[in-house]
Amino acid sequence: MYIYDEIDQALVDERVAQFRDQTQRFLTGQLSEDNFRPLRLQNGLYIQKHAPMLRVAIPYGLLASRQLRKLSAIASKYDRGYGHFSTRQNIQFNWPALERVPDILAELATVQMHAIQTSGNCIRNITTDQFAGVAPDEVTNPLVWAELMRQWSTFHPEFAFLPRKFKIAISGSLQDRAAVLVHDIGLLAVTGETGETGFRVIVGGGLGRTPMVGHVINEFVAWPHLLTYLEAILRVYNRHGRRDNKYKARIKILVKDRTPAVFAQEVQAEWEHLRDGTSTVTAEELERIRGRFTRPAYRTLPGTDAYIDTMRAGQPAFARWLERNVHAHRVPGYSCVTLSLKKTGVPPGDVTAEQMQGIADLADEYSFGELRVTHEQNLVFADVETRRLHSLWQAVRELGLATPNIGLLTNIISCPGGDFCSLANAVSIPVADAITRRFDDLDYLYDIGEIDVNISGCINACGHHHVGHIGILGVDKAGEEWYQITVGGRQGNDAKIGRIIGRSVARNEVAEVVSRLIDVYLERRDEAHERFIDVVDRLGLEPFKERVYAHLD
Amino acid sequence: MPTLIDRNGPRQDHWSCFQDAQAGAAPPAPGAQLILSLAQWKLHAQALLAAGARLGICLEPAEGPEEIAGLLDRVELLAVRFPAFTDGRGYSSARLLRQRYGWTGELRAVGDVLRDQMFYLARCGFDTFDLADGESVQAALAAFGDFTETYQAAADRGPLFRRRAQPTAPVASR
Repeated sequence: MYIYDEIDQALVDERVAQFRDQTQRFLTGQLSEDNFRPLRLQNGLYIQKHAPMLRVAIPYGLLASRQLRKLSAIASKYDRGYGHFSTRQNIQFNWPALERVPDILAELATVQMHAIQTSGNCIRNITTDQFAGVAPDEVTNPLVWAELMRQWSTFHPEFAFLPRKFKIAISGSLQDRAAVLVHDIGLLAVTGETGETGFRVIVGGGLGRTPMVGHVINEFVAWPHLLTYLEAILRVYNRHGRRDNKYKARIKILVKDRTPAVFAQEVQAEWEHLRDGTSTVTAEELERIRGRFTRPAYRTLPGTDAYIDTMRAGQPAFARWLERNVHAHRVPGYSCVTLSLKKTGVPPGDVTAEQMQGIADLADEYSFGELRVTHEQNLVFADVETRRLHSLWQAVRELGLATPNIGLLTNIISCPGGDFCSLANAVSIPVADAITRRFDDLDYLYDIGEIDVNISGCINACGHHHVGHIGILGVDKAGEEWYQITVGGRQGNDAKIGRIIGRSVARNEVAEVVSRLIDVYLERRDEAHERFIDVVDRLGLEPFKERVYAHLD
Repeated sequence: MPTLIDRNGPRQDHWSCFQDAQAGAAPPAPGAQLILSLAQWKLHAQALLAAGARLGICLEPAEGPEEIAGLLDRVELLAVRFPAFTDGRGYSSARLLRQRYGWTGELRAVGDVLRDQMFYLARCGFDTFDLADGESVQAALAAFGDFTETYQAAADRGPLFRRRAQPTAPVASR
């Protein structure tokens, strides 16, 4: 965890006071709805269908057990006893009362949390790899950079009223697990020719109404220049991004209109004025930030564990969990563990207040009191002793968080959808539920193998449907809910936008459509390890289209 | 009526906006202080300066500081208009005027200028504020103190990390 110093704490406290005053003025009629809206959004507060929705920042997905306990207490005291983890590593409460939001923020501030810039047309929470700092393949620990950028972007006076929202993701590994190609700015750590750390800068990716994979505008920005280079990008965007049409206001449209090459030149020209200036990052500052992160006190352990191997051999259910939910760690004798928030019958990403308490206790007992939130809406214990995996598995099972489905079909990414969100055209969670129920058989799920199914209730694409191997998008047709199906999207280093396979289908047909897509895959795959997405690449969409629409018509 | 303030309180406003109708009328009194749009400047600045008027320019959000970089020695005031407080282009204009083009004179925020943006406006280099109708002077003045510290560099100061490293040394601002 990054531990606040006095200044970090003072800024968060002052923000609470500022927002309390703004809310008070709104409630007493001194601040109009129109003028209050941008202010409350920059504190994560939406006015939703049933009640306000409060989005609390979990910077770069890192959470301490005491913070999770506070979130649990807030869920019980101010909400209906649960929270929803979003695809941008934040948590959302769906039922707080507007007038109590300042109190919630005050409570959050006591555990070094806030809702600053979790919405609005500003720089949002900076996201990263859930295995940051422990992944074996890392060039640099992205947490330190993400915190550096968190501070730089917090209350940035020039970039508080951008044309549209602005999302930055950073990957410290060559293997991208932070979806850097589909962010307004994606940063991929690379090692330069002289061994120096730097970042490949990708701009103009994003999902939503106009999905696009971002463009590399600079292959290598050496680390000291990170902030000045970001500042140059943001300034070009702030000055020239479209403000006349909110659907064309994201930076991706500016990059497309200018062409990536011309945009890159404009950034370069702006950067020439800023480079080597006062915002140039210093080694001292990096060290200072690194020093404020707690470090797990790892023990010296053997790399293999005979006890776990025995348990794996004897217990197929445990073996499955190890295969799907346990991941490599850079320190011998340690593992990373994913707690699945994708159990059949539970909305993806939802956690109850009781589960939060239980998870916090387990984090203390097994993982140095910390956990991470993933952009796939699961939780991760990043530092678990491998020899203790079996006892952790049993404890996690009791909490209902041991579904061994990470990377499999039922690990569905989904937005809250029309049940909660006023933007949505259609529901998401009942669709996810119908699919999950249909694929509830674990043997079948394992036979199907790795596949991403993503669901968004509207074109804003909070469920990242464009980059699902199978994407499902809720659309409104004359007041009825319909679902558009895309196939072939993917995240990661070869990110691609999925293609629409044909006309939209009714809500009660979606699970059947997914079944048919899977049937085609199972029939046509060459061998068990050829994944769904590989078969789509090899065969194209035709056989899938044919099967889906043959009988539905 | 909008109210003009600076960090210390209300200010007497000696400037008025030049009206197109004034162009054909009698020349201004010597020493008259007039704020012109960029379009008006191009048409009338020469005559007005010749008549002894003191001039300022008000930029629209889409008008970049580049366009007036060559005029700075002939104006005594610059203003940037915010048609809506959510149009953030003026923040970049201000920083560029202060930090790239070296403007040290009065830099005025006009238009939808509200207390909730005072802190950011001041950080970007504005030093006078034409408050929108109905805004409380007292509340706007208090808003300059919304935050006691700042992380990143702007027109007012360098980044926090440089101040931490060298608490007393002045920071060259770019």
